[in-house]
Amino acid sequence: MDILVQQIISGLATGGIYGSVALALVMIYQATDVVNYAQGEMAMFSTYLAWTLMNAGLPYWVAFFGTLVLSFVGGVLIERIVIRPVERAPILTIVIVCIGLLVILNSVAGWIYSYIQKPFPSPFPERPIVLGNVVFGAHDVGAIVVTLIVLAFLYAFFRFTTLGLAMRAAAQNPASSRLCGIRVGWMLAIGWGLAAMVGAVAGMMVAPIVFLDPNMMAGILIYAFASATLGGFTSPGGAVIGGLIVGVIENIVGTYVHFIGTELKLTVALALILVVLVFKPSGLFGRAAVHRV
Amino acid sequence: MRRAPLIGVALALAAALALPLLVSNFRLFQFTQVGIYAIALLGLNMLTGYNGQISLGHGAFYALGAYTTAIMIDRWQVPYPVTIAAAGVLCLVAGFLFGIPALRLEGLYLALATFALALAVPQILKYFEEWTGGSQGIVLSKPKPPWGLPLSPDQWLYVFTLAILIVLFVLAHNLLGGRTGRAIVAIRDNHIAAEAMGINTALYKSLTFGVSAGYTGVAGALSAIAIAFVAPDSFNIFLSITFLVGVVVGGLASVAGAVFGALFIQFVPNWAQEISKAAPWAIYGLMLILFMYGMPRGIAGTLRLGWARMGRRGTRVRT
Repeated sequence: MDILVQQIISGLATGGIYGSVALALVMIYQATDVVNYAQGEMAMFSTYLAWTLMNAGLPYWVAFFGTLVLSFVGGVLIERIVIRPVERAPILTIVIVCIGLLVILNSVAGWIYSYIQKPFPSPFPERPIVLGNVVFGAHDVGAIVVTLIVLAFLYAFFRFTTLGLAMRAAAQNPASSRLCGIRVGWMLAIGWGLAAMVGAVAGMMVAPIVFLDPNMMAGILIYAFASATLGGFTSPGGAVIGGLIVGVIENIVGTYVHFIGTELKLTVALALILVVLVFKPSGLFGRAAVHRV
Repeated sequence: MRRAPLIGVALALAAALALPLLVSNFRLFQFTQVGIYAIALLGLNMLTGYNGQISLGHGAFYALGAYTTAIMIDRWQVPYPVTIAAAGVLCLVAGFLFGIPALRLEGLYLALATFALALAVPQILKYFEEWTGGSQGIVLSKPKPPWGLPLSPDQWLYVFTLAILIVLFVLAHNLLGGRTGRAIVAIRDNHIAAEAMGINTALYKSLTFGVSAGYTGVAGALSAIAIAFVAPDSFNIFLSITFLVGVVVGGLASVAGAVFGALFIQFVPNWAQEISKAAPWAIYGLMLILFMYGMPRGIAGTLRLGWARMGRRGTRVRT
């Protein structure tokens, strides 16, 4: 029983990270109908920026918020420079541009920082939290809390601020929003900036666990993709819940079903998601897209 | 109007036939690889370009084709041309069966489903070790030219691949140009209207999936013979992504686009490597993005547009 609780808790911790990358994916998807395949690499790059700031002697939280600002600017720049020229192109063209961005970021990070793994500090105390027979890593709990804070912050931003309202309007009906005086192009850019920030948080939370290297986000992006699909690409809350579910399933399947072990874990998690999708084709919390005939 | 494409095809064929006389065995091997990719890309293009179903998992069918051939040759000493047909049929059936649950999924969700398939492949191949040889893979030997033809093995493989490629391209061209092709495209453009016109969308979509997988399977089988080696890690997720890149760069919904795309995915990475040893993939990514800026509809789409413009200038038609 204790092992089960333990596995669920650590599943929730990794799930929180999948959820925050999934959240970033969903944000860009909602604003622009694009799945940003480069999201994981953008998060990885942000984490390297944080590492550089910390190496320059800045304290953790200064570097943390500094990275958020830099990531926001970076995200906006990427939208303006890379994505905007193909804005009106067929959707698959944009997908290929994102893949191009992915390999560029990965390769440049490897070039600047080398492919050697680097340790990355955690802001949380090292001593584990003990509750009865169950031990939680403080970083695991901290990562979940941070993810929930990000979610709450985004919810408040989109729900209560004028800018958030304008962004939602621009995503839902670009033509009418433009007539109301909303600068739709900039709203999209801000959406990319925010997604880059969310990704940066995820990167800085995951780096202490998996170590920092240019390929660290590859596996996580796949799980995040799965989480967003499971939760529904139209629902930010769903993406986070989807992430938590994927994290827990992955851990429990890996522990209890012995012939699967760690090698087939990913396959089984994805297969389970497919089964869910066959019954709920737009994800657990997503709305089915309505098309005009 | 139809004359220019015909001339293009004739020129391309002439160039392809002259190639073995002009280049070294190594270069020829690379062009064999181009032919193999072109078959796989044509398969994927049927599904993604013509039918509008995005697949990130065609590497899985490529792997299935390759392993079918490798196992049949290695275990039962089946002649290799037979194994290619078997691989094609097996992948066709597998694709058709996978296409049935995929009917319920659209766009992104289908992309995820196929993505999962591609991810699972190396792991599954390693799991069934006694058949697949685990991570060691299976080593084959290159076939010798038959009937005492005075060709090197590389030259023979090239000719063999080219022959299969031509047959498959003609078949695809006829299939897509006829009634079936119009049904496939109609489903992509508006599946409700297509259904109202009496097209059995479910059947056509799963059949397209099957044929597409079959083509990719044949390509996989050929690659196993050409490289004379199969191993799980060569069928990773990047292979599937590379296929999608090839299809989009070559041009969606274009038979000729498959050849352009194949040339791109075979030669541009090498080229990037020559430009910068330190960060070849950054160069590759940059080329990819620039290509998409310049030709958002792929190489074939740009050629088609250019040809239409030239024709228009002659007849003074205004848009």
